[in-house]
Formats: sequence, structure tokens, C-alpha cells
Amino acid sequence: MPLLQIRGLTHYFGGLRAVHNFNLDLEPGELVGIIGPNGAGKTTVFNLITGVYRPTAGEILFNGHSLVGKRPDQIIAMGIARTFQTIRLFKDLSVLDNVRIAHFAQTSYGVMDALFRLPRYRREEAEIRERAMELLDLMGLADQANWVASSLPYGLQRRLEIARALATEPRLLLLDEPAAGMNPGEITELMDLIQWIRRQFNLTIILIEHQMRVVMGICERIKVMDFGETIAEGTPTEVQNNPRVIEAYLGEEAIV
Amino acid sequence: MKERRSVVDNALRPVRALYVAAVRPIQEAYNALPASVRRWTMPAVLLLGFLLSLAAPSLINLYWQQVLIYVGINIILAASLNLINGYMGEFSVGHAGFMAVGAYVASIMTVWVFPRMGLKEAVPYLFPLALTIGGLAAGLTGLVVAIPSFRTRGDYLAIVTLAWNMIVKSVLENLDVVGGPRGFMGMQKLTNLPWVFVWVVVTIYLLRNLIYSNLGRGILSIREDEIASSLVSVDTRRVKIVAFVISSFFAGVAGGLFAHIIQFIDPRTFSILKSTDVLVMVYLGGIGSLGGSILGASIYTILMELLRPLQVWRWVVGPLLLVLLMIFRPRGIMGLREWGFLIPKEERPAFVDALREQVRQKREPAAVPAGASE
Repeated sequence: MPLLQIRGLTHYFGGLRAVHNFNLDLEPGELVGIIGPNGAGKTTVFNLITGVYRPTAGEILFNGHSLVGKRPDQIIAMGIARTFQTIRLFKDLSVLDNVRIAHFAQTSYGVMDALFRLPRYRREEAEIRERAMELLDLMGLADQANWVASSLPYGLQRRLEIARALATEPRLLLLDEPAAGMNPGEITELMDLIQWIRRQFNLTIILIEHQMRVVMGICERIKVMDFGETIAEGTPTEVQNNPRVIEAYLGEEAIV
Repeated sequence: MKERRSVVDNALRPVRALYVAAVRPIQEAYNALPASVRRWTMPAVLLLGFLLSLAAPSLINLYWQQVLIYVGINIILAASLNLINGYMGEFSVGHAGFMAVGAYVASIMTVWVFPRMGLKEAVPYLFPLALTIGGLAAGLTGLVVAIPSFRTRGDYLAIVTLAWNMIVKSVLENLDVVGGPRGFMGMQKLTNLPWVFVWVVVTIYLLRNLIYSNLGRGILSIREDEIASSLVSVDTRRVKIVAFVISSFFAGVAGGLFAHIIQFIDPRTFSILKSTDVLVMVYLGGIGSLGGSILGASIYTILMELLRPLQVWRWVVGPLLLVLLMIFRPRGIMGLREWGFLIPKEERPAFVDALREQVRQKREPAAVPAGASE
């Protein structure tokens, strides 16, 4: 059974058609890329999956359960996590806190346990602290655990955002332009990182990206969007040679 | 990112230098003490504080005892409002409304309910219960206010709480049972310095516990970025409602304490001006800081006492101070910083460093690819 099934997903902003009839079947373990020019509706698809917007029409099934109408926090708790096109860390909080916050849904102690520091609070807090630190260590961020998030260099902020997403223990990870603003060296590192977390955490990934190098390098399957429509789909080579894609988006870049 | 240095920052620089020069050596000497000794510092200081509050009648005159009681009540008000305005980053302006509910309900308890239950003699002992019931009533009204105002995002909370403050005042004015505009009296003078001391300590302790918990981190993340917060699994609506109820509870407790020191409450006491006072204390002391609230409430309360000769003009000081703060130092004196002793041991940088080493020792080596670790 596919992990994620999207059928006829359509979204309007007033009269503007942002996404039209978007379909996707995602098998567990796949890494699918979504590309397309600015304003093609890629991020909107992510916002629809994670419940930030409610679709005008269409169905989204995750593991057989419908996501339409659910709140973002409920959807995240079901096992979907995402990062953002522009970094959205909790920038005045510490690196460790950024990751710990993402354990919110996995915590079961109540307000009274917290107010009076009851054993359940102590036990779960100790667990969260340790798990968060382990994750930071895995992601190479442990040395900066006490730092305020905004004081991290850009590349590490990107990585912290991925770490924070992983802390929610997702099965499906949505990465929204993770390579934006990175130099070629950082991009190589990022590609290694994505491949590695995919194996390490057993993830299924959807990747939105403008950097052709990343998309063509690590995605097994690519969907191309333009003006809300899906104009092509296939392996990197197929997509690269598709005349509609070359015309609509890749243009001269494909020739290079 | 560094805050722009303002006139106020520059003016405060010598004060800060003096503070550092005076405090640093003491801090260092203290930190050199063995941990087994340091463990007992907090209990010892609290005990000493409590004993001093018991001995206060023979140490200072009635006037200053009263001022200190107001300082304590205002600390409770400021710290609880800080939870919403500072830690959560919402803007509530009707704290006096919740205070009023607590004041009236606690007073009704000690004046009517307990005596009619044949517990007239026991009223002084039942005072904490009366305060708690007052707090619960305030918390309940907090829930009623929170549920509709947090259905939407944005600045609605300010408008709703402003309206709420006015509603409470007019309801009380038109409720003849509790005296209407003539006010409510008959309370014994049950609030004294030891009680206030205990309630301040309890409030700060509980709020601190809350802040350094899952819920507290949820509250902080809402201030930082509400969308991102919900997208890392924080149930933002529930967090906001719970925070608001807890904040109102403590406002209610403060109201009960207040009613039993002045022994006469009327609806005008809990006008928007009272709420403004609390706002000034929060923003003066510093948002997102319990230490800041303690500082802000103390400075502002004592300042207002010292400014008594100004008479009516005194009331210009609060709002004016609020405007100036917003322009020159929007985060207040302690903004987003905390006094070390108010931070639980497990949250301090040294503990985190130790945890990192512990985690590293447990980990099987070479888990990270070359690209993923620097």
C-alpha cells in the first residue's frame, strides 16, 4: 500500500488556481522530487499535505487515513514532518530547545505533572532531553546545543531545521528547498546528509528544489509543476528530455 | 542579532558596570563552594525570608509593611501576565478583570460562605482555601475568555481582554448583591507579609516549573513562530488556552490577597488603569523572565510610592513609562534573560554539556558520514 496517496488535489486562493488536479502515489522509502518555476504551486502542495491550508477539492491519504480537515499538529503527530523554504527556527531559543519542542506530541505528562514536578514529568523530561541530545549528536549539532538558534551559521541552521523535523519521528519528510542559499560545497554536503538520514531514519522523502544538481542527483522520480498543473513525471533522465519541461521550465539549464 | 543600543541602554551602562563589579566576585566566591553546601542555599534563603516576613512588624513600620505586601501582590500579577505577554508573545490587557473575579469570590468566601457554614472562627485558617477558590473562579472565567479569542490568530486577544475588563467592571457595578458601585466590605485583614511571601514563592515556583516543561516550551514556540510551532506537533490552541487559564488563576489569587489587605473593594479598583500598571511592570522588568517580573513589580511599586507627592500626576507616570519602554527598550530590563537561581538545574548550560558527554560515550562510533559532521 502506498504511504501517501494524493488524488485530484486542487486549491484556489480566491480566483487564483494554485494547484490543480495534483496526484501522487508515494511508496514507502521513495525519494520524489517536485520541481517547477516560482509560483508553480509546489509549496502549496506541502501546505495542503500538512494542513496549513484546507484543499478546495481532492483527497490526501496517509497510511490509509485522510488528512483533509485535520490540524497541522495532528498531521505531524501522525508521522509527517517538514522544513521550510525560508528557515523558520525558534530563533531566540537554544538549539536543544528547538529540538525538544518537536517532541511535544510524544509527551504524555499533564499540566499538573509539570507544575508539581511529579515523577512522570521527571522521567519523560529526562528521556526527551537525552533523545534530543542524541539526535543533535547524530546531526553534528551537539557542540552547539546551548547556542541560541539564530547565532548558528546558515548551513547549520538548515541542518537544525532538518533535525527538528526528525525529532517528531516522521515516516514522511517534506523538504522545501533545503539547498536554497547554499554554496556548491554546502550543497554536496546537504546531498550526503539527505541520503544518509533517509537510510538512518528509514524515511520516505518529498523534495522541492530549484537546484537541478540536487534533484537530478538524488531523486528517483520527479514531478514537474507549472501554474498549478503537473506537466511531466518520470525519472530524472525522462524529465530532462521531456520537451514540455524544457520549454516550460528547464530551458537552457537542461542543455548545460 | 544584537539589539540597537538606545539612549536608555547607554544611560544604564554605568549601572550595569557597577552591578557586575559588585556581583561578579560574590558569584565567583559562591560558585567555588562545594555543591553539597550550595544545595542548601535556596532553602536557607527562603527560610530566612519567611522568618524576616514574620519579624517584619518589629522591624519596619506599618506603612512599609503595606508597601512590601503590594510589592508581593504585584509580583504575582506581573509574573502571571508575563506568561501570556512575555513568554507566549500574545497581548492581554485585561489582567485586572481576572484579579477582580478572584478578589470578589475570595471575599465572598471569607465574609459570607465560611461564616454561614459555622466556620467563623476558622476563617483565618481557611484563607488559603478562599484564595484558591478565588483563583479557580478567575481561571474558569479565563477559560471562557480564551476559548473564543484563540479561535483566530492575530491581535484579537488584546481587544477581547480589553472588553472583558470593562464587562467585569460593569457587571460588578450593576450587581447589587455585592454592593454594586458602593463596593464590598467586611473582610478581615487576613493578608499579611508571611502569607504574601508564601504565595509569591509558590507562584514563582509553579510558573517556573511550567515554563521549563513541555507546555512551557510550547508557549515559547508560539511566541517565536506559531506556524512552525504547529508544524512540529505543538497543539497551539490547547497550549494557549491552558496558559491563559493558569495566568488568570494567579491573577485571581493576587486579587484575593489584595482584597484582604485593603478590606474594601469596589469595581473601580479593577479598571483598565490597574491592568495598565501590571503591563508596565511586565515590560519594565522584562518579557519572558520571571526575574524580570520580580524586578519590574518591585521597582514600579516602590517608585509609585515615592512619587506620592505628585498626587494626580502620578497616574501619568505609568502609561508614559509604558510608551517610553516600547520605544526604547521593548524587551525590558531582563528581556528573555533569567536569574540563574530561577533556572532548574537540568536546564543550565553546564548540565547540558554534561549530558552531551554522556550521550557521546554511549553512542557507537562512526555513525555520521563525513559530510554530516564538522
